[in-house]
Amino acid sequence: MKRRARLAKTCTDAKVDLGEVEDWQVGGFAIYVHWPFCLSKCPYCDFNSHVSSQIDQKEWLDAYRLEIDNLAAETPSRSVQSVYFGGGTPSLMLPETVEGVLDGIRRAWPAANDIEITLEANPTSVEAGRLQGYRDAGVNRVSMGIQALNDQDLRKLGRMHTAKEALAAYETARSIFDRVSFDLIYARQGQSLADWRGELSQALDLSPDHLSLYQLTIEEGTVFAERYHKGQLRGLPDEDLAVDLFSATQDLCEAAGLPAYELSNHARPGQESRHNLVYWQGGDYGGVGPGAHGRLTLDGTRYATAQWSNPAAWLQAVRAAGTGQRTREPLSAEDRFAELMMMGLRLRGGIDLDRAARLRGEDLPQRQIHDLIEMGKLQISDGRLAATEEGRLVLNAVLRELLV
Amino acid sequence: MTQLSHIRNFSIVAHIDHGKSTLADRLIQSTGTVADRDMKAQLLDSMDIERERGITIKANTVRLDYKAKDGQHYVLNLIDTPGHVDFAYEVSRSMRAVEGSLLVVDASQGVEAQTLANVYQAIDAGHEIVPVLNKIDLPAAEPDRVRAQIEDVIGLDASDAVLISAKSGLGIPDVLEAIVHRLPAPKGDRNAPLKAMLVDSWYDAYLGVVVMIRVMDGVIRKGDRIRMMQTGAIYGIDKLAVLKPQMVDIAELGPGEIGVLTASIKQVRDTRVGDTITHEKKPCDQPLPGFKPAQPVVFCGLFPVDANDFEALRDAIEKLALNDASFSYEMETSAALGFGFRCGFLGLLHLEVVRDRLEREYDLDLITTAPSVVYHIYMRDGSMMELHNPADMPDLTHVDHLEEPRIKATIMVPDEYLGDILKLCQDRRGIQLNLTYAGNRAMVEYDLPLNEVVFDFYDRLKSVTKGYASFDYQITGYREDDLVKMSVLVNDEPVDALSMMVHRARAELRGRAMVEKLKELIPRHMFKIPIQAAIGGRVIARETISAMRKDVTAKCYGGDATRKRKLLDKQKEGKKRMRQFGKVEIPQQAFINALKMDS
Repeated sequence: MKRRARLAKTCTDAKVDLGEVEDWQVGGFAIYVHWPFCLSKCPYCDFNSHVSSQIDQKEWLDAYRLEIDNLAAETPSRSVQSVYFGGGTPSLMLPETVEGVLDGIRRAWPAANDIEITLEANPTSVEAGRLQGYRDAGVNRVSMGIQALNDQDLRKLGRMHTAKEALAAYETARSIFDRVSFDLIYARQGQSLADWRGELSQALDLSPDHLSLYQLTIEEGTVFAERYHKGQLRGLPDEDLAVDLFSATQDLCEAAGLPAYELSNHARPGQESRHNLVYWQGGDYGGVGPGAHGRLTLDGTRYATAQWSNPAAWLQAVRAAGTGQRTREPLSAEDRFAELMMMGLRLRGGIDLDRAARLRGEDLPQRQIHDLIEMGKLQISDGRLAATEEGRLVLNAVLRELLV
Repeated sequence: MTQLSHIRNFSIVAHIDHGKSTLADRLIQSTGTVADRDMKAQLLDSMDIERERGITIKANTVRLDYKAKDGQHYVLNLIDTPGHVDFAYEVSRSMRAVEGSLLVVDASQGVEAQTLANVYQAIDAGHEIVPVLNKIDLPAAEPDRVRAQIEDVIGLDASDAVLISAKSGLGIPDVLEAIVHRLPAPKGDRNAPLKAMLVDSWYDAYLGVVVMIRVMDGVIRKGDRIRMMQTGAIYGIDKLAVLKPQMVDIAELGPGEIGVLTASIKQVRDTRVGDTITHEKKPCDQPLPGFKPAQPVVFCGLFPVDANDFEALRDAIEKLALNDASFSYEMETSAALGFGFRCGFLGLLHLEVVRDRLEREYDLDLITTAPSVVYHIYMRDGSMMELHNPADMPDLTHVDHLEEPRIKATIMVPDEYLGDILKLCQDRRGIQLNLTYAGNRAMVEYDLPLNEVVFDFYDRLKSVTKGYASFDYQITGYREDDLVKMSVLVNDEPVDALSMMVHRARAELRGRAMVEKLKELIPRHMFKIPIQAAIGGRVIARETISAMRKDVTAKCYGGDATRKRKLLDKQKEGKKRMRQFGKVEIPQQAFINALKMDS
């Protein structure tokens, strides 16, 4: 309970006088680069990923550079706090391609002194061999998709690596980078509470600084969803076990010095992903690459942008028009407020109430907030509204109360 | 002006789907009343809902000019009557306006309960009846068996029944000849004071209220000043016409004739089906017998799904009521559902038709509360009050006893399902009155409380018999019984729209079924929700909806924000279909579905 009462201070946005700066500056500015290709598609994944053997990386680099220049023209005089290569499988990019992209970004905007440059990597020996190249290109943080620490479950998840291989790749990464994070998926088929406690303890023994721990979710349009609807995906945990698994995760990580700073993300204080904090704290971000989304505040209006999802369509659009942007939708005050709540309440530190009210342009839904505090789902402290652990577990319902 | 001897007035009695409307279409077509190119199926059913449901709600008429085989020209007036028990009074008036009936029976299906009720109305009205076996060309047709059934069950001689296929047109000339030669001509005195029956009335956008009449005695002319004997209102006739089926002006209508008039009447409500029309100056001395004012027997609440639509609903109900004198309404306020109307109907079909028209013609989304009958509450001080809404049940300390309406139900069913029917009626507090067989079909009569029938009896009946049973009823009177008000509490707060009157012996069963249903219908919330059924302060059934423990998205990054926000927007739409009750959201469907019993 001590954990619930204490609000983490490390990752809250600083109080800013908005008379002087725009709202997005509270969260900062980041660039997301999407590499849409994988060697194979994992059965649980609903991200924009494609399997292709014929990729001309030079062609892709040129397109990324065009898109970056286009974005930079719209967002002058900003500095970049973070760059994130996500996918797909960005560790299939050649180090030269990564270097070229980062070069483009550096030419376009000044970089913050402490810029974070993350690349998602699969923990295979092949990719471990490229890690030094990424480091030389300027990457300073890797996030590894380890997902499980036993081979049987890795096979079920459709992963191409073994646990042993993953651990070796992790050690390699640690020797090259100061900051290494990895992902695990839990609440898997047939996974008991004891199984997960054991596996998570093993992961924590690797003394990572950052962990992303996701409960397996069946997303529509995936192979798992297809099996699930046919009744072929058995042994998924029921609600009570899922709650227990979540609680055990909080307890073990907290004890190991990696408290949750976000629903599924744990870090040693100071080691939070700055990039993802830009999302959760309502910063601006430019999306570069197929299917990438962005939020850009231009002349006082905040826009939601999205790029063409299909890789070939995106490439063609960039070549023809200088941008792969497909949609650009202005966000209303209501939309911006909704997004701030949706994203911000995922953080242990929650949101700044004054900022939320300013964004909404009217009073916050006081009665709903009051009721949710009474129910033990929300709490207010130091002018910040945050979800309790119990509230984070039912965050979708909390958001429905507040926003619907 | 037509000679009485050359007029034939008739109606068609049939069960739904036995081909009444198709036969009417064929008669219209083969007499050349409507050119072939203008024919569309079921010409006489003018409302969309009538055409869709294959039922007739308003009486319609058509005047056919027919040159018979004897070389004489005849005028045949067909009144297409409502075929449903809800409109029994309207049917009885239509029946009194004609002298004969065609009894149309599907040659493979045989006689159904509804056919019986209507054929008895025709017999009561003194009709000559010509049996017509339809769909004779179907492989499953069994004319001999159905003939025997007509004789056994109805007691009509069916040996010279006319065999037809209305669909293909087979036998239609025989029907026309039978109308001329087997049905009697009307009687009447041209020189007597005017006496005409108001058969039906409806609103026409161009003409205002149109009144259908049957002249019994005397002559009515355009320009005449007429008096409605029941309402006392006096009008001048603007237009006199016959329907072919479009209006054709006519100078006068004499005894035995059927036509329509307009007389600057503002609202259909100003007319009464069954009223007697006479001349203002030279009236007849006695009105026609059998007039009854419309009496709603089933009540329910209608509420707008979106509270902002209340004014639109009021508007729509007022407009609809102008055209339907049999439907009553008054404003109702429900703690659960907000502002709406308590509406009275002739029966369940009438309720559904009115609700469908409100939703469709006026584009409204409505919540319908459970139908309730009218209870008679006898107070200790000797007074009696009518209870239309369980929520209005007075304090029991002032109540001496309650009476509820009872019906006589007639059910016809293949004998293999008889056991299920008997059980169903027994479960619904029925008392068996009669059980007879005709071939392999049983006809069973039950004395039942109307409140056990108004809700889902007909659905249950159809489901336990795979649709083979047919059902009809008439209200027989009121009887005392041990009735109590059952309240439902959701999260410890009473939900008025869910309270209902039940028999004490059945209260626990109904209460249990109700709370179990609600447990399925109300989605889980972040807190646990007790659901209770109670009589007075005593809880008779209880269920608890457990609290939701986990509902969260594991991953939510920059690319997920749009999708998640749009999902929330979509949920706003869904929320319109919910009713906030205290802290609990109840889906609107729950208000009606919670009452459906599985037995």
